[in-house]
Amino acid sequence: MSTDSAVWPSTGLASRPLVDTLHEWITTVDHKRLGILYMAYALLFLVVGGIEAAIMRVQLLRPHNDFVSPQVFNRLFTMHGTTMIFFVLMPLAFGFANYLVPLMTGARDMAFPRLNAFSFWLTAFGGLLLYFSLIGANGLYGAGNAPDVGWFAYAPLTSKTFSVGHSTDFWTLALLVSGFGSIGTAINLITTILCMRCPGMTLGKMPLLAWLNLVMSGMVILAVSPLTAAQLMLLVDRYLGGHFFDTQAGGSAVIWMHFFWIFGHPEVYVLVLPAFAFASEIIPVFSRKAIFGYPVMVAATICIGFVAMSVWAHHMFTVGLSSNANTFFVLSTMAIAVPTGIKIFNWLATMWGGKIEFKTPMLFCIGFLFQFLIAGLTGIMLGAAPFDWQLGSSYFVVAHFHYVIVGGILFTTFGAFYYWFPKMSGKMYSEALGRLHFWLFLIGFHLTFDFMHIPGMLGMPRRIYTYEPDRGWDIWNLVVSIGVVFQTLGIGFFLTNLIWSYFRGRVAGSDPWDAWTLEWSTTSPPPAYNFASIPRVKSRRPLWDLKHPDDPDWKYE
Amino acid sequence: MQWEYSARGRVAMFGLIAAEAAIFTIFVVAYIFYIGKSLTGPTPKDVLSVPIFYTICLLSSSVTIHVAVKALSKGNVRGFGAWWLATITLGTAFMYGTVTEWHRLIYQEGLTISKNLFGTTYYSLVGLHGFHVIVGLVGLSMIAILTLRGNVRTAHAERVDVFSLYWHFVDAVWVVVFTVVYVLGR
Amino acid sequence: MNPTNIFAPVSTPADSIFGLSLFVLGVTAAIFAVVFSLLVYSVVKFRKRNDDDGREPPQLYGSNQIELAWTVIPVLIVVALFVATARVIASIQRAVPSRNAIEVIAIGHQFWWEYRYPGLNVVTANELHVPLSDPDHPTPTLIKLLSADTDHSFWVPRLAGKTDLIPNHPNSTWIDPHETGLYLGQCAQYCGTQHAKMLLRVYVQSRDEFDRWIQEQGQPAVLNDAVSQGRRIFETTACINCHTVAGTVANGRFGPDLTHLMSRDTLAAGAVANTPENLRLWIGNPEAIKPGSLMPSMGLNEQDLEAVTAYLETLR
Repeated sequence: MSTDSAVWPSTGLASRPLVDTLHEWITTVDHKRLGILYMAYALLFLVVGGIEAAIMRVQLLRPHNDFVSPQVFNRLFTMHGTTMIFFVLMPLAFGFANYLVPLMTGARDMAFPRLNAFSFWLTAFGGLLLYFSLIGANGLYGAGNAPDVGWFAYAPLTSKTFSVGHSTDFWTLALLVSGFGSIGTAINLITTILCMRCPGMTLGKMPLLAWLNLVMSGMVILAVSPLTAAQLMLLVDRYLGGHFFDTQAGGSAVIWMHFFWIFGHPEVYVLVLPAFAFASEIIPVFSRKAIFGYPVMVAATICIGFVAMSVWAHHMFTVGLSSNANTFFVLSTMAIAVPTGIKIFNWLATMWGGKIEFKTPMLFCIGFLFQFLIAGLTGIMLGAAPFDWQLGSSYFVVAHFHYVIVGGILFTTFGAFYYWFPKMSGKMYSEALGRLHFWLFLIGFHLTFDFMHIPGMLGMPRRIYTYEPDRGWDIWNLVVSIGVVFQTLGIGFFLTNLIWSYFRGRVAGSDPWDAWTLEWSTTSPPPAYNFASIPRVKSRRPLWDLKHPDDPDWKYE
Repeated sequence: MQWEYSARGRVAMFGLIAAEAAIFTIFVVAYIFYIGKSLTGPTPKDVLSVPIFYTICLLSSSVTIHVAVKALSKGNVRGFGAWWLATITLGTAFMYGTVTEWHRLIYQEGLTISKNLFGTTYYSLVGLHGFHVIVGLVGLSMIAILTLRGNVRTAHAERVDVFSLYWHFVDAVWVVVFTVVYVLGR
Repeated sequence: MNPTNIFAPVSTPADSIFGLSLFVLGVTAAIFAVVFSLLVYSVVKFRKRNDDDGREPPQLYGSNQIELAWTVIPVLIVVALFVATARVIASIQRAVPSRNAIEVIAIGHQFWWEYRYPGLNVVTANELHVPLSDPDHPTPTLIKLLSADTDHSFWVPRLAGKTDLIPNHPNSTWIDPHETGLYLGQCAQYCGTQHAKMLLRVYVQSRDEFDRWIQEQGQPAVLNDAVSQGRRIFETTACINCHTVAGTVANGRFGPDLTHLMSRDTLAAGAVANTPENLRLWIGNPEAIKPGSLMPSMGLNEQDLEAVTAYLETLR
């Protein structure tokens, strides 16, 4: 059991053998350490997934390029998507949730610390299993290698007929295993949030981050399970001669799509809700105002959670569903724009009348607001089904979802890293390096993903390893690829900042941002037991109340 | 609303049940979708026989487990043990029924998981449920062993009750599976 | 002029989508303008000044009226967008097929397109010919979409939105192009290694030209004694297992129909131009043109390769 309050392996004081420190980290059940393990794991795979993307963009620099073969390219886009969603974004979401939820709700740890550790290691193992495919299987040409069926693995391409060998099985099993880890963490989060809040913290007084993680966890339980079911069915088809998706035996390829997207769409809301959580904590602090419309933000979140379960077939508009079905899914897709838009307005209203400080976390959140707005609007375009009949499965969609994931989620996650880095490490990061990261990444992001919309509108489909020179796509692909350079530099400065600042940063103290939620009331980094004594709260901003005893929140809301 | 620390196990079990319910729902949807769509081979009407007796066994085990938990919460460890063993017996009987049914279907009727869509969906759905029964039986047995060793006391009633929620869930799933497979689908 | 621009429609489905897209783009542009302005304004106006007094600004926790306003307005916008969209869905998906429609069955294969004109007794591959449609007296082409293996998608942006070809799930689409010309597209649903080179070429011709094309395509293969050696090699090697040449013993269905191969501009589903050099290369070593395609290298020696190429060159 850990009694050491240091978060990272100890440096300088050469008192403990490395093997002891490693053992401590591997056997930890402390939510803060598990959170950091998740984050470190995610950053590692962010680099790997980024390299996969970079290679693809080199291949697509010009038409009929031969930097990589079609087989390698098809594996690259499959691995890139699978890695980024399951082994970067999910671990980031769970990592921050793990670290922050107990601290922000005044608890000492998660409800089930051992389940917590087990869930992390399941996820971690899943990622390793996926990459083991590169070396792990032998067999026919193309059979003993990374999966190449796309991250949504449509049937019947995944049947034994069209996917010989075991590459598809690595995809299936890696996600099956990490899916169990995700469900475990979701159950843990729900239980922690419902049962372990500190005295005085009713559900209506807990930070929005806790609400967003609560709804996210509920969605994980309802969404990852269908994927688990579909993958079990795929394994039955591939190994027991089953016919779930076997069109030759009367099976349906479309039903795989339904099952996958019943997972896939809520999944993207699972990924975005934590991003909303970060924005909801960072924007108020750097605007020096309470979040505008807390109850409405909660209601909108719950609304999004429900409606998100009903929009999945907007990924299937081109599949040949009936006009009634298509029309229904247009309605539900457009409807979800309402609570989502409300959130954007509430964040703007939080800034309105405030005193905005442009520290690095806030820079990234402002970028998020701008980019998430655009992403939402291109989503509305795609939600108009006939428009999707042109834009779907094209680079317009690729641009749209990267706008959400990179421009929205990754930007707020960077913000979260900078915002809570002082709490986790006890040191301040370099503001100069942070700005460099922001501007470089912003430029790179826009070069790549703004211009990526255009080839889509000019007819360029996704998942093609090369393209024809007579389509007018050349210049746009060139610009898109150039953006990668800037993004890479930005990430480089980010990682450098994290590492350098951990060793050389200024001491941060417990509350460097003059913030208002409970995690800032304890030391940086917090001790293993989080709080010397369990806090008792009276409002949504306990530290505001302490700092403004004449004007506490509980007088007003 | 302030929930209690001691409700953790119950909340977590409901979370697990929700996840499992979602998985089963997808298998049930697949089963219903493929009713009547097999291109060949035996149909449900041809080969299925309704397992009334074994269903009664399984559903009764929900009653026995409930009585068992009640007994334990009142301090009657021996009564708890007896009703608990009854639950295991009834659950095992159900599995025996499934095994014999499958043996007949495979060796006499030629219905395998690869025969046709009916075979695939039937064995997957009933098999998934049976797997969950087996997991439940394993858990029940572990608690039975601990009881026989004298480790289980009234203080554990809450936790045993949480476990029994899983068993009730497994029985509830059987109600759905039974209806879909033996009533609707035949 | 970009050949695959979704904003340059020449056929009714693409036209309807274009009209809807203008409306949607207009609405989203307006929303963007408003929200973006608010964002810029708040970032500029409410930034912390250098001469700040260090006091916290007034804390405003919310406002029910404002929340109501920015709920109601988006709901109205959603309703407008939904109604506009629903109408276009109906107009495209529920269009009543005209009695003058040309019927085509398109079958997707890894990695080529098979076209059958059931009413006109024509089977061809990769290059689809359709008649021009006069808006006053429409002669649309109704395309039934099937698949022989995995999922594909038929996307020729200037003619219509894309519709998928899914095994055991027949779909259909329709086009009524009102300008002659060649329209390009490609498979838009990942279908395996050579998904990228499953290109689409749709030739919209005047009615006369189309009828003539149909007539020519309906003829059995040209018989030319000068290439009988190549023909013999073709008919005695595995070629006939996959390919059909009408009027000969070759009637394989796995690969494209070659009866009128020389009437096509391209080979390998648009991958390369149909020249003798490319044809020779394709037969000799398909991997050089389309690595991962399902046409195996036939392992012919130089002489046989020359002969077979010469034979195929006569199949006009």
